[in-house]
Amino acid sequence: MKDATHRDWTTRAAIFVPYAWLIAFLLLPFLIVLKISLSQTAIAQPPYVPVFDPAAGWEGMKDFFAALSLDSYLGLFADQLYAWSYWKSIQVAAISTAILLLIAYPVAYALARAPRRWQGMLVLLVVLPFWTSFLIRVYAWINILQHDGLLNQVLLALRIVDAPVSWLATDHAVYLGIVYSYFPFMVLPLYAALEKLDPALLEAAADLGCPPSRTFFAVTVPLSLPGIVAGCLLCFIPIVGEFVIPDLLGSSSTSMIGQVLWLEFFGNRDWPVASALAVVLLLILVPPILIYRQRETRQLERGR
Amino acid sequence: MAVLVSFDQVTKRFGDFTAVDGLSLDIHEREFFALLGPSGCGKTTLLRMLAGFEAPDGGRVTLAGQDLAGIPPYRRPVNMMFQSYALFPHMTVAGNVAFGLKQDGLARDEIAARVDEMLGLVQLRPLAARKPDQLSGGQRQRVALARSLAKRPKVLLLDEPLAALDRKLREETRFELKELQRRLATTFVIVTHDQDEAMSIADRIGVMNRGCLAQVGTPAEIYERPASRWVAGFVGDVNLIEGRVTAVYPSFVMVDRVGMRLRVAHAPVAPGPIAVALRPEKIRVSHAVPDGAFENGAAGTVADIGYLGTLSLYKVRLDDGLVLKAAVMNEQRAERPIHVNERVWLSWTPDAAVLLME
Repeated sequence: MKDATHRDWTTRAAIFVPYAWLIAFLLLPFLIVLKISLSQTAIAQPPYVPVFDPAAGWEGMKDFFAALSLDSYLGLFADQLYAWSYWKSIQVAAISTAILLLIAYPVAYALARAPRRWQGMLVLLVVLPFWTSFLIRVYAWINILQHDGLLNQVLLALRIVDAPVSWLATDHAVYLGIVYSYFPFMVLPLYAALEKLDPALLEAAADLGCPPSRTFFAVTVPLSLPGIVAGCLLCFIPIVGEFVIPDLLGSSSTSMIGQVLWLEFFGNRDWPVASALAVVLLLILVPPILIYRQRETRQLERGR
Repeated sequence: MAVLVSFDQVTKRFGDFTAVDGLSLDIHEREFFALLGPSGCGKTTLLRMLAGFEAPDGGRVTLAGQDLAGIPPYRRPVNMMFQSYALFPHMTVAGNVAFGLKQDGLARDEIAARVDEMLGLVQLRPLAARKPDQLSGGQRQRVALARSLAKRPKVLLLDEPLAALDRKLREETRFELKELQRRLATTFVIVTHDQDEAMSIADRIGVMNRGCLAQVGTPAEIYERPASRWVAGFVGDVNLIEGRVTAVYPSFVMVDRVGMRLRVAHAPVAPGPIAVALRPEKIRVSHAVPDGAFENGAAGTVADIGYLGTLSLYKVRLDDGLVLKAAVMNEQRAERPIHVNERVWLSWTPDAAVLLME
């Protein structure tokens, strides 16, 4: 009996830990951001009003809630710049994700088909860049892409171009940086899905008269769909909010929502608008996550 | 019967390992042929070469006279039922059965009709809309069978088709497979390591060992007239008695060993050391000295008795230490049952024993 209650207690504690984590580092910060997004800018410390003060008592609370407003959100809709940035971010994320999928799929396929004793090593090689700081790797790209950088030197030496090309501060550089940085996030889920694919299924398809090219679309792709969805979400969502890569490699014209947010926060010190931008970004990204979650639970239930 | 599939001096190596070693075999039209052997004997490799998943390193595989070399699996008129069933998990039962038909570009209603016919054949019509993971093992096996038969292959290849089923279902399914083969009049080639399965299902059996055919024949031929010690030992239970050929007559041969003299019905052979195979069920056990016990008889002590219901298995240690197994049908309740440690006599007829040349 004593053992059972003990186990009960540890089970509850084990469940409590992740919830505590989520409350402390996700829910509370979100509530703070949400609150700031409903406030007004002020030249003060902190730079917004009203400030939540539990010491003010019941009357103070009433005043506090009365002072909250949707002004920052209305401001977002009033200025086309914000809508355009959201659109630009989603566009960059969608195109990058598509490119990532096209490049990563063959790589993941080759990994999954490689001799088993090499697979661990090859996966390690894919993850290897993570061992260097992300920021340093993006700076390295600046070095490669700049006017007298490695890329231009090689192109000139091979006489592919006559004069150095400006790579930096272009959309191409942004896409290059994003695809490079997010590559492992796309490869790993695809590999996990393809590695589980029973080779006998491909043989069965061939046996039933299906040539390899058709088998790929009839069997391999549908069965790796969970990996495709996971990889795409894993890339698409963070790319939408990406700040460092467009800021370092892009031009001022590629202002993604992360950059706008940064500008509002640090440049204009407009915390409420910056917070509103973050909340709207979250609202845009939640539906695809929910769709994915639903899909996943459905599959889990079917698997039982 | 006409030869449909022919293996001609076929060899297949995987690195240093020779899976199939210069093997030649003809399989006839409308035959139920079993490739029987222990794991690693090359039987599955042989089947996979016929399906087109492996290319022979030497020799030729022909189907209805046509050399199959260079023809990819998806262009061969054979279909395979995989050991793991290899059902497409993202397709329904009907979708799985229809898959091969779709590859042939058949009309939609024609596919539907054929799928329905196939599902009827394996009694799965009510489950057509299910996904494979919603089926039991036996049902999955039937889907795999229906899928592999849907294209009406010239040869159906079955790779351990019953291995994943439990014992009772396996025995039922054997007869259904046999019945199906008779009804469809298609050539079936089954790979199995289960001798009971091969014996009960096949018209002919090819017993394989280390990449070679040890013997090809009907189940009765293989059981009653094993070609070698290895076949005798692999197929069924057997007593191997080592001795010397001491006298040769036109229709029988005398084999001697210490304390025992065997008269074996056989054409003349050269004198010298030889082995005699004797199936346990061909040995009688008695308290009394049998007639003519100086030939085909031996006395010993009962070392162990296994009671199996329909029969009892006696292990009798002869005076020279050799242990013979005798299986006796429990036809009637014996007046005086045989007990462990009793002296008994074993006897058999001249045509019960088989000379093993290798």
